[in-house]
Amino acid sequence: MTPRPTRVQLFATCLVDRFFPGVGHATVAVLERHGLQVDVPPDQTCCGQPAFNAGFVEDAAAMARHTIDVLSQSAAPVVVPSGSCADMIVTHYPALLADDPVYGERARALAARTFELSQFLVDVLDVIPASAPAGPSLAYHASCHGLRGLGLREQPRRLLRAVTGGRCTDLPDAETCCGFGGLFAVKMGPVSGAMLQSKIEAIEASGTEVVVATDVSCLMHIGGGLHRRGSGVCTRHIAEILAGAPHE
Amino acid sequence: MNDASLAFHRRIDEALADGALRRALALTTGRLAGGRATAMAALPDAEALRTEARRIRAHTIAHLDRYLDQFTRAAQARGCQVHWAETASDATRIVTGIARENAIALAVKSKSMVTEEIELNAALEQAGVRVVETDLGEFVVQLAADRPSHIIAPIVHLSRGDVARLFQDKLGAREDEVADIPAMTAFARRILRSQFIDAGMGISGVNLAVADTGSLCIVTNEGNGRLTTSLPRLHVAILGLERIVPTAADLAVVLTLLARSATGQAVPVYTNVVTGPRRRGAGPGASPGGEPDGPDELHIVIVDNGRSRLLGGELAEILYCVRCGACLNVCPVYRHIGGHAYGSVYPGPVGSVVTPGLMGLDDWSELAQASSLCGACRDVCPVRIDLPHLLLKLREQAARRELAPLWLRLAMPFFAAIATRPALYQFLGSVAARIARTASDEGWIRRLPGPFAAWSASRDFPAPAPRSFVQQHRANKAGTGAPPS
Repeated sequence: MTPRPTRVQLFATCLVDRFFPGVGHATVAVLERHGLQVDVPPDQTCCGQPAFNAGFVEDAAAMARHTIDVLSQSAAPVVVPSGSCADMIVTHYPALLADDPVYGERARALAARTFELSQFLVDVLDVIPASAPAGPSLAYHASCHGLRGLGLREQPRRLLRAVTGGRCTDLPDAETCCGFGGLFAVKMGPVSGAMLQSKIEAIEASGTEVVVATDVSCLMHIGGGLHRRGSGVCTRHIAEILAGAPHE
Repeated sequence: MNDASLAFHRRIDEALADGALRRALALTTGRLAGGRATAMAALPDAEALRTEARRIRAHTIAHLDRYLDQFTRAAQARGCQVHWAETASDATRIVTGIARENAIALAVKSKSMVTEEIELNAALEQAGVRVVETDLGEFVVQLAADRPSHIIAPIVHLSRGDVARLFQDKLGAREDEVADIPAMTAFARRILRSQFIDAGMGISGVNLAVADTGSLCIVTNEGNGRLTTSLPRLHVAILGLERIVPTAADLAVVLTLLARSATGQAVPVYTNVVTGPRRRGAGPGASPGGEPDGPDELHIVIVDNGRSRLLGGELAEILYCVRCGACLNVCPVYRHIGGHAYGSVYPGPVGSVVTPGLMGLDDWSELAQASSLCGACRDVCPVRIDLPHLLLKLREQAARRELAPLWLRLAMPFFAAIATRPALYQFLGSVAARIARTASDEGWIRRLPGPFAAWSASRDFPAPAPRSFVQQHRANKAGTGAPPS
């Protein structure tokens, strides 16, 4: 196991940066609560996943090199409040830059010290949050890239179970894609919308009040669908749930 | 976007509007995916077996020339006649030639995707040979002049009522003969029995061929494969050139996973291993006294049709596929649109790679876009094909060949140029946020412009924050910022 660090870098991701700054602050709060100094490298932008998933590998590689530069100024571990963007750095950067004489090695080094938030809290810090008093019912949606790319099965569930005192359960078909898929939602709008419809039906069938996930991308999609429908169910990132929890 | 891509999007819209289709898809794919999960969980070490199956397939494909050569010689030594077909038309010419030489009027056929791929039925009909599909699903497909919509469940798109009406309209079935599924099955069985007896030729696919013995393994659940390959005087087996395993022991490994992955069965109801035609009592390779039945001639047509072009390339991994269909059943896109929307014989995640792989990217590049890259397909593949990776490779090829939509080809380099200039990125982000916020209502945008209208057709979009997280955080640290929003 990685020795317990005292300092981490937060790679907030472009969606948190521009659409969900509150999730960034919540992530900082959670990490600071565990005694870590949190650096937010100001030159961070987008990991390049939209270009990578669309097949524009040169553009993706340019963004990857930029991100590697930004996150390699310190040797501190990198925490990402997104399974998908963490998977991009951990899984795809080394492959994307494998033939790059300079960045290939740096990509592998960065990949080795990059973690999705729940993964970092559980696997590196071995955190078990204290249970919160009563609150709304929560249901967990497992975001695809964290789940299947990084193998995040137990980590987020363990944190959510602990912090909610068991109020958080899995959504029905929790591991079925919500239909976001980045530009997929735009290029294949009707199919993506149909997938979202199934997800929303599962949410409504569950009777939950809050949908929780590790990725704001999926939550933005699910939340956009719930809002269009006039649903009262709200969406929260796992960092927001953890930040709202009392200090253990 | 070219005509082929537009047609794909049109078929998707049609499928999504077909409520009956979507209910049928949800039911069948759910049942098959659930069956697979249960059957795999029953194995003591399914993951190790998948790894071993992948090793076998990867090894075979890496040395395919050697194993095809070995297979050909072994099959010939057992009395088979082996034919090579470089293209689909070569393959159909070979089969119609065999039919003509033997004055075949009727051929029975067991289920085979490669024969769909090469459009064998049409070629045979044109050559004056009547072809009867004997797999129940394919029998229905043929009756309806339809196409299969799933690799292993060809009529997943039809309901029981659809089939009953078809039997009544086309075959004159009485009400009691279509009362329920067993009655309909018995009805079809009666019709098919006489066809098996009358047919001069039996045509089958091959699930896997064994290189060292020259054997053909054909699995079915209805026994029609066994009748097709043993009753008529001629057996013609159509083999995709990648469907080889080195030994019978390797076959056992892959077979253990095949039925579990396909239907959730531990083993298929009928697993046939055919080694050569009927052996007579004399001549080389004869067994004492010979065999009482089996075809007099066994022809094996090895079909390339674009497969060898994939060898050694970045899509070569797709040649490991054993066509179990498991990736279809878990694919959220397939589960919503079904097989016909893909417009290809091979639908779903595997089809989105196989089809452009075999037929070229020009008309088929859009298939690779029909994935959210969720990875569910990779999780269930019995030979661990990294389908999302292959879909990404196809998207990369499409982007290089300028087959991607124009707006993406303009937007991606533009976005990359901004995202590598942090100050500009934050500045333009703030400008865009200010504009977007004027179009928002209580934090949500209901209509997006240009291509993004596809998003807002069915969901709202959050308004961006006036100040980004990075800006807020920096201001907080400097002690000059507003409290976090």
